[in-house]
Parts: sequence; C-alpha cells; structure tokens
Amino acid sequence: MKPLDPRLVRTARAVRVYLAVTVVSGVAVTGFVLAQAWLLSHVISGAAEGAGAAELSWAITAVAAVAVGRAAVAYAAEAAALRSAAKAKSELRRRLVAHVTGTDAGGADVTDLDGDEPQGSMGSTDARRPRGSSGAEAVWLSGQAGSEEGTSTPRAGELVTLATRGLDALDDYFARYLPQLVLAVLVPVAVLVVVAGADWISAVVIAVTLPLIPIFMALVGWHTQARTQRQWQLLNRLGGHFLDVVEGLPTLAIFRRAKAQAAIIRRITDEHRRTTMSTLRVAFLSAFVLELLSTLAVALVAVEIGIRLMYGMLDFQTALLVLILAPEAYLPLREVGARFHASMEGVAAAEQVFTELERRRASGVGDGDSEALHPAPAQRARSRSLQESTELERRRASGAGAAESEADPQHPQSGARSRSLQESTALERRRASGAGDGDSEAPHPAPVESLSLHQDSESERHKALDERSTAPWIRLDQVTLTYPGRDIPALDRASLVIEPGKSVLLMGPSGSGKSTLLSLLLRFLEPTSGRVLIREPGASGTPDTPDTEDGWIPLDDVPPDRWRRRIAWVPQSPYLFADTVADNIRLGDPDADMDAVRRAAELAEADTFIRALPQGYETPLGERGARLSAGQRQRIAVARAFLRDAPIVLLDEPTAHLDPDNAAAVRVAVRRLLAERTGVVVAHDAHWADAVDEVVAVRSGRVEPGVHS
Amino acid sequence: MTDSTARTSPATPAPPPPARGRDPLWRMIALARPRGTRFALGVLLGALAAGSGVALLSVAAWLIARAAEHPPITALSVAVVATRALGVSRGVTRYLERLVTHDAAFRTLADVRVRVYERLARTEPVRRFRSGDLVSRLVSDTDATQDLLVRGLTPPLVAVVTGGATVVFCTVLLVPGGLLLGLGLVLAGLAVPLVAAALGRGPGRRQAAARGELSTALVDTLYGAPDLVAYGAMDRAVRRVTDADAELTRIARRDAALLGFGAGATALITGLTVWGTLLLGVAAVEGESLSAISLAVLVLTALAAFEVVAPLPAVAARLGAIRAGGERLFDVLDTPPSIAPPRGAADSDGPDGSGGPGGEPAEGEAGAGADTDTALASGADTGLRVRSLRVRYAPHEPWALDGVDIDVPAGRTVAVVGPSGAGKSTLAAVLLRFRDPDAGTVELGGADITAHPADAVRAVVTGVPQDPHIFASTVRENLRLAAPGADDDRLWAALERARLADEVRAMPQGLSTEVGSHGLRLSGGMRQRLALARALLAAPRVLVLDEPTAHLDPDTRDAVVADLLAAAEGYSTLLITHDMAGLDRVDDIYVVSEGRVVQHGTHEELAAQQDGWYAAALKV
Repeated sequence: MKPLDPRLVRTARAVRVYLAVTVVSGVAVTGFVLAQAWLLSHVISGAAEGAGAAELSWAITAVAAVAVGRAAVAYAAEAAALRSAAKAKSELRRRLVAHVTGTDAGGADVTDLDGDEPQGSMGSTDARRPRGSSGAEAVWLSGQAGSEEGTSTPRAGELVTLATRGLDALDDYFARYLPQLVLAVLVPVAVLVVVAGADWISAVVIAVTLPLIPIFMALVGWHTQARTQRQWQLLNRLGGHFLDVVEGLPTLAIFRRAKAQAAIIRRITDEHRRTTMSTLRVAFLSAFVLELLSTLAVALVAVEIGIRLMYGMLDFQTALLVLILAPEAYLPLREVGARFHASMEGVAAAEQVFTELERRRASGVGDGDSEALHPAPAQRARSRSLQESTELERRRASGAGAAESEADPQHPQSGARSRSLQESTALERRRASGAGDGDSEAPHPAPVESLSLHQDSESERHKALDERSTAPWIRLDQVTLTYPGRDIPALDRASLVIEPGKSVLLMGPSGSGKSTLLSLLLRFLEPTSGRVLIREPGASGTPDTPDTEDGWIPLDDVPPDRWRRRIAWVPQSPYLFADTVADNIRLGDPDADMDAVRRAAELAEADTFIRALPQGYETPLGERGARLSAGQRQRIAVARAFLRDAPIVLLDEPTAHLDPDNAAAVRVAVRRLLAERTGVVVAHDAHWADAVDEVVAVRSGRVEPGVHS
Repeated sequence: MTDSTARTSPATPAPPPPARGRDPLWRMIALARPRGTRFALGVLLGALAAGSGVALLSVAAWLIARAAEHPPITALSVAVVATRALGVSRGVTRYLERLVTHDAAFRTLADVRVRVYERLARTEPVRRFRSGDLVSRLVSDTDATQDLLVRGLTPPLVAVVTGGATVVFCTVLLVPGGLLLGLGLVLAGLAVPLVAAALGRGPGRRQAAARGELSTALVDTLYGAPDLVAYGAMDRAVRRVTDADAELTRIARRDAALLGFGAGATALITGLTVWGTLLLGVAAVEGESLSAISLAVLVLTALAAFEVVAPLPAVAARLGAIRAGGERLFDVLDTPPSIAPPRGAADSDGPDGSGGPGGEPAEGEAGAGADTDTALASGADTGLRVRSLRVRYAPHEPWALDGVDIDVPAGRTVAVVGPSGAGKSTLAAVLLRFRDPDAGTVELGGADITAHPADAVRAVVTGVPQDPHIFASTVRENLRLAAPGADDDRLWAALERARLADEVRAMPQGLSTEVGSHGLRLSGGMRQRLALARALLAAPRVLVLDEPTAHLDPDTRDAVVADLLAAAEGYSTLLITHDMAGLDRVDDIYVVSEGRVVQHGTHEELAAQQDGWYAAALKV
C-alpha cells in the first residue's frame, strides 16, 4: 500500500490544493521548530552568561510569536485538511455511485482520471457493463443470486459501507497522516542541516540512526506480516466464535446447551487472547525499535555534546540548540508510525473505490483470459451476455460520430437522431399502420377504469406515444445464455413467440431458466447466442418467420431504456424505497397525480390497506419498506405496474412467498393487470394456468411450448 | 413474525438495578476491576515510559548546563549513565506496557463476553434475535470494552501520574514555573480535548443526519437497482444520492473550521507555556532565585512534558462512541429475565448488579442436564394439552394469543396454520419455554410445563425453531449440539431420517465437513434438514416445527415438508406454518387468526367448509 496514491491526488482539485497547503504549512512548521530551538538556546545560554530579562526580551517575545504562529498554522492546516477530505470523499463517492449504477456514461467528470484515455474507448468499455448493476454483474439484476438466500445483493451492502464509513476514514488520512508525512520528510532534513552546521559529530549520530528506523520497522513489519498471515485464519475463527454463539443462542437454548457455552466462550476467548498476544509481541517490536532508536540516539547525542562541551570544544548555546533539535528530528517519524494504521484504512477504502472504478473498465477492454477460453464466434456475444449495451455504444454502432457521444443520454431527442436505420423505418411503418393498432386491441374489451387511467397518463407524454401504448410481437430465436463462470447454459436454444395482447405462463422448477428469460426480456442480460426480436403490430408480412422483411427487428437495436418504457415488471421480491407509499407507486411515472396513484392502487387491491396506514398514501415506508408485509409490498409493486400502464407486463412468482390471504388479493390484482396486455408470468407450478392464454414449460433451460390452457 | 414490533424493555417494569443511573463509562471501567492489578502494572509501566522521555531531556539539560561550567568528568558521570539508561528504558517500558495492558484487556473481554452471554441466555433470547443487526451490534459493543480499556483508560492515568510528577519536580525548581506548567498541562490535556470533543458534537449531530439521508439513498439505489432500471428511474435515484452527498459535503466543509480548534489550541498552549516558563525562569535567574543550570532544566522539561498529554485528545474524541456502546451493553445486562425462575430452581440468577466478579462459571455442562427431572420425564403420556392460553408482549398491547385450546395427542401430528401475525410463533415460544404465558396452561402428560425449569421442559420438548442457527463448524459438531455424547452411527441414523445422509456422504469430508458461517455452504433445504436431524438426535418426545419452510423456494419446500413429516412419525409433533404444503398428511389442523382458533378439524373437514379461511387458502 503506497502512502500516497497518485490516483487519490488526481481525484479532485481540492486534493491538489490541499497538498500544496500541506507542504507550505509543513515548511512553516519546520521554520518554527528551528526558530524556537534557536531562540530557546539563545535565551538560556544568554541568561547563564548573565544577560538580564531586558536584554533578552526581544528573544523571549519572539518565542511567544513563534508559539502563536505555530498554532495558527496548525489550525489552518487541520481545517484545510478536513475541508479537502470532505471534497475528496464526495468526489470518490459520486464517481463510485455513477459507475456502479451505469449513470456515468455521459462522461461528466472523467477528465481527471482518464485524461490518458480517449473518450470513445471509455464509452465503448462502459457500454459493456450492465446498466445499474454492480459486481454481481448481470446476475444481480437478473435476480439469480437472490432466489436462494433472500439476500440478493451482498455486493450492494459492501458498496454502501464503502461509500460511507469506508471513505470516512480518509478524514484521518488527510488531517493527521499526510501532514505528518510531509513533516517527516522536511523536519529531519532541516534539523540535520542545522545540526551539521553547529556540530558535525551530532549530525553524524542523527544521520546514522534516522535511516535505521524505517529499515528496522520495515524488517519487523515484514516479519510480523508473515507471522500474522499464518495465524490469521485461526484468529479469524476464534474472533468470530462469540458472534456465532450469540446468534445461535435460541438454538443452543432449545438443546439445553446455552449454559455450557459460557465456559466455552471463556476458553475460546482465552485462546484468542493467547494467539493474539503472541502476534502482538512481535507486532509491537516495530514500535519498540522506533522508540528505542529515537530515544537512544538523543541520549547518545546528549552525552556526546555534554562531554565535548566540558572540554570546551563546543559553546553552551550550540550544545543547547543541538539538544533541543535532536528529539525534533525523530518526532514526526514517530507520529507517522503511530498514525499509519488508522490512516491506511482510509487509503484502503480509496483503493477499493479505484479498483471498483477500474475493474469494470478492464473487464470490457481486455477480458483476455475469458476470451481465450472461448471460441471466436462466441466472443462478441459473450461480452454482451455479461453486459447490456448503453446508449453510447448504440450510437457508436449506428455510425454516429464522436460529436454525438457528448449528447445527454437522458434526452430522447438526441438519441433519436442516431437511431439505427431499421428502427426509424420501423417507426415509420408503425405510424403508417395506425389503424392496425386499434384492431389488435379490439378482441379485448378494456375495463373502464383501466382505460381512463391509460388516457390520463397518456396525455402527459408526447414522445413515442404510439410505441408506448402498443405491445409488439416478441420472439426468442434460438436463444442461449450462459452465465459467466458456469458451464451449463441457463437457457439452451430457447425459441418462443409471444403475441401482442396475449399472456404466457412460463412454468418450471427453480433454476430451470425461467427467471433468466424474464431478465432477457428486461434486457438485464443479453443472449450468449441467438436473438431476441420484436415486431410492431401491423408490420408488413407475416409474423411466422423471423425475417426483417416480415417486420422483425432485433431487440438489440432498440435502446434498453426506450424498450423498458414499454414494460412493467413485478419482481419476486419487489424493492420498496425509503419514501412515501405514493412515491413508491410513482416509481415509473414520477409526475403522476394523486388520482392516478390512487386508481392504480385500487386496481392493485392495495388502496384499502394503504388508507389504513397512519398517513395514508403519504406514509413513509422506512428503509426497504420495512413497515409492510410481503403481500402488501407485492401489491405496491402491482400498483407500480398499473400506474406505468405499459403494454407488456412481466411477473416473477407473484405469490410465491405469500400467505393465502395476501396471495388471493395479489391474484385478483394480477389478473386485472394481465387483461388486454401482453403478459409473461413466471411460476413454479400451474396455479396460474387459468389466468393466462398459453402455458409454456421451461425445463433445464429448454422451452417447451404448446400446452394451451 | 409481525409481533416483533413489540419491545420488551419499556413494558416490563424492571426493578431498577442499583447501578442503573451511573455513567456507563464508569460501569465499563468497573468491569475491569477483577483485572485491576494487571491494569495498575500497565499504568505503572506507561508512567515509567512517559517519565523516561521527560526525564531524558531534563537530565540531558542538566548534563549540558553543568558541562558548560567545565567541571571534572566525575561530576558528570552519574548524569551520563542516567542519560544512557533513560535512552533505553523508555522503549523497553513502553513495549512492556503495551503487552501488559493488552493482555489485561483481553482477559477482561473474556469476563465481559461471558457476562453478556449469560445474561442473554437468561433473558428471553428469541425476540431480541429477530434482528441480526442488533445481535452483531451487541457483539461489537461487547468487544468495544477492550478498546476502551486499552486506549481509553491507560493514557489518562499515565498522564496524571507522569504529568503530576513532572509538575512537582518543576515546582521544586521554581514555584511559579511549576504551577504554570501544571496549568498548561491541565489545559492541553483536559480542557482542550473536552472542549474539542464538545465542539465536535455539534458537527457530529449535523453530519449524522445528512449521513443517514445519504446512506438511505445509497441503500435504495444499490439494493433497488433492478427495480429502478426496469422502471427507468435510476437517474432520479442517483440524483437523490448526489443531492444527499452535496448536503453532507457542504456541512462537513463548514464544520471543518470548528474541528481545527483542537490542533491549534494545543499548539498555542504548548508554545505559550514554554514561553511563560522561559520568561519566569529568566527573571528568576536575574533575581538569583534560580541557577542557570536549573533554568535549562526547567525549560527543557516543560518542552518535553507536553508529550505526556499528546494522546488525550484522541481519547476524548472517542469517549462519546464508547459511552454509547456502553449504554447499549448495559441495557442488555440490566434487562430482567422474561421467564420467571421456577420456584427454588437451581438456575435462578438473582439481581445481578455490577457485582458478579466474573468468576469462572464452573456450572458447565453438568448443570444443564442434571435437573431434567421428575414429573416431566416420568409420564409415559406424551400428549400436549394447551388450555386457554393467553400471551401478550406488553400490558397495553393486543393479545398475541387470546385463549387458545390445542391438543396434540401422543404420537400424532398436528398443524397450526394461519396468516402471518396470527400468534403462531408466540405459541412456539411458549412451548419451547422462551416465554411464560400470561394465563392458561400447557400440560405435557398431565404436568404443567410452565412450572418446570426451561431446560427440564426442553429435555422433552424440542424442535426446529424459526431460522435455526447453523454454527460455523462441522456437520458433526452441529449435530452433537443436541446429543453431546452421540457416536457417528447415531448421527448417521438421524441424518438418514432427515433425508440428508446421502448428501453428507457425498461431501468431501463427510461428517467433518465445515459448513461455513451460518451454514452458508449448504443449501437452504439442507440447512433445514440438518436442523431437523439435530432435533431428532435430542430424542425428545414432543417436536415443535416452527415455520420450517419459511425461506425455502417452492420446490424444495414441498420436499422438505414431506420429509419432515415422515421423520416426525411417532413423535407428538406440532407443525406451525403459514404454508399449505403437506397439510393433507397431518392428523389434525388448527387455523389460528388474531390469536384465536377460528377453525379446527382434519384436512378433509376443513377443505369442505367452503366459507372458511382454510378452503380459501387452499384455492390460492
């Protein structure tokens, strides 16, 4: 671990300003140290030679001035350090969040860190990263990790800790460690120069002992580390024992082992103590060497100058000056040593952030090993399967120049300019066939309330109006998907056609690939091979063959955000935000008015229990929606889907973990949601068969359609 | 599940323990009393180390000032030897001090852990353990006592001893000089750290609020990522994080001006004290009340003395956090037990004040099993009769169980189903003796179990609790928990019965396979089966299975229920569940809702009652 990470220096301008301030104040402090030593030796020796207070008054006053000056510098340096630390933490935090959520594609602040990298490659590498995902990569978004443990995203917790408490350790680094590091360089050198001018023999003693300190500390530290690493596992196990036992207390109680454990806790803690102490005996040696060398050197200098003074080879003032300065040469070194470990926590956190920021990029560019393992044709598809493409890549792929990469990805207009050829033709075709839209909806008389909601929200949206309100045909054409690091594909040459307005039940045991299929449709994942295609209703030709002439266009060519605007998703365990009930329902439509929210909740069978909450729709839900039961959360998620009023709805085990009462309510709501929409329901059993138009069995990644209900 | 909203602490009118009102800091220090000698030795060594540092400069100053008078070498020899000795002694004593205090702190940690654990074991453990965060925080609070003792206790005491000695020494040389140094040391070692800590509290509070908002926004953004992306709301979420971050940064930058106070003030006091000493000393030399040698000694001693108080600001800054941790810790240690000790039972615990001098708890394993006694063990009838059972968690809360009658005939399997929050888990807690009923009886073979010590009841009634804990150990050790002496044959038999034997056999090290923390190396279904095998090994007569399928995915769920019921054959079994899987295989079913039995009958009977909860639930 480097004491000063160059990447940290480049983080923010604040850090560079701070470093300048620190060096300047370090120089000032060094000056004050030398001045104080000289003044003290001057006054004391003067007084010894009989000079009176009047004669020495200027020097005594100067000592006070030095004290005030030193205090002022100390204050200013600390305040400046904390200010810079706040800025640097903020910078790292924002960059981390933007990076892991995929919202940094705009390249808002990449110049500091990536001056050496052309914007274009930045875009392309970023583009391969799944949007809104983190280390769990596609697996996180696709929910594969979540199905077993209930803790879907272990990485998320780690990142939250890193971005808050982890980075806070940088305060110490900036305010305590770095200034001492600067002093540890400046002061010994300055002292050495001054002492050498006054008494070269003392200078030799100091010059010899000073470098010994870092050398010995490094040797001891190196030895300790090897030793600690050997014991680390043991220490870790012993250290975790108490937590394990306390957590397991109810279980111990049931088996009447609770009391016996007290003695075991004592024994294990004692064992822990013995092991730790044997490590500490070595670990403390490094501090011991530091203390011993620094004090012994001062003692040697003192004796040496004392004796030479006695023989008249030195004058009193010089001897005093050397004696006062000698400890000062070692002081900053000792301080740096004492603060090293506490400060390194902050550096480690910063390093973790940098690793996070760079790892993702590297995985896009190089990925050499994984490519080497796979045959060439799979390469392109594979890197896609890990990642979803962002608008930037989209633009690049469609031949848009570098100029466009500046465009704001949130702005549909700018995206539209670079839309691919196929897509714009598809749009035109759709516009031309406006009449066809009505036809496709005709067989399904819409419930009145749903329709009015539909119109309400529609009136607010001016862009892509027709696209958002109609469902396309969806086709999986020989889609295979293999998760990174696994051998067996989660989906194996799956083919499926979903008609607009029809609902499909994907039924199969857990792990059969049905949730993966939903993730594909949500574009959290991209196929390893094969294609997902869509075809706007009313396109020319017949939907039977997956050809471009028949109106089929690859889903790849539609920007994911744009595609998702046509989808409402009800996940297995919906995430509720620390916000009000109403705002949670508004997730997909932040501007919806209260009436629309309430109507969506009514349709989702959620209105009654929401009204019963202390503040109704304005009730804050607490972190992760802690107030609500699983069934209520599920109904909020269904309300979200109603409010979004998308033509395609995707539901993942909507009632899997609910008790019967809640499950019944959710079923009613989901049936209502499926009416006249294109729906895909994923479930492990046939309970939903009567609510859908078609049942498709999914087994070990194979799709077996044709079980019509 | 939902009854966890009730808290025990405000409800149970605790008889205020004698130590209640005292500052948790003092109480935490009091925990170290049994190790007082070691700590005293640590302080002594620390004082010697710090003293050596100061004395080195004093003696060296004397040596030089005296040498300036060109005396014979013999006049300096003592000082020369002393200087060299001090040069060595400081490092050595400092090293020893650290070892001694760390050792003492670790020993105290063992005492504290045992006390916390014993207290937790006696107070109702179940409810507290609903929140994993709470438990891990408690554990880290316990471990924080060690930190307090090493970093919080020794430096102030060392500062008092060494600082005091230095002031006395200087006062002997020159009274005003000594007093000035004393004042300076008190200001720098006590006033500045305390004022700085107080100044820091304001920013701390302000920043805590902003930090909370930031953390919430981050949690929402990262955990809710799939939902946000699917609904195109990620940009908004990130904006919320950015706003929260901007606010926190703004506050932190503003507060930096306050937080620099400590560093500046310490430097100022140190410098001005040296200046004052110099001023007084020079005047005294001029007035001939002080020798020139003493002046040098006085000024250099004052210069070195401030190193003694240097660690104190860090101590003061940590006090708040340590006190808060101590408060939480003593909150646990002061909680009274939730089940009344049965009349004259051996395991009554008394009003554990701050006394209990962590003596070796020799009670050990024998005490646990020995009182498995009399009435409960003798009866051949293992039928369970619950009559008019009422439980609530606090005087004014609604009843969690409100007059429940349930029969589990010997050797039969009975299910209790109902929506979450119906009181089912409370029933399990009463049967496993984690709770006393407020009214009503639970009879086992004619004897009321609430009149027997918890462990006596658990010898006959055991089971799989909700979220059974799998310990970070081997399969064998996890099983042996229930039957300490069991040989491998018995373990395999239990695994066989729980349908886990094949899987364990397939593991690389069989029974000796490490299952990882919380058994995470096993699948959810395997963990549940391991817990069942463990319950079977305890050879109980009544099995209570509390939500055995709560965290399993639907496929495993059906298989686990089937295997559980097959394995439970022959026991009097109570299956508590909200899930309808496998209920056609039990002998009798009670539907519980809002603390009352609303339906009762066999699966067929209940399924036939078209307007009932059960039939409706089956349809879903």
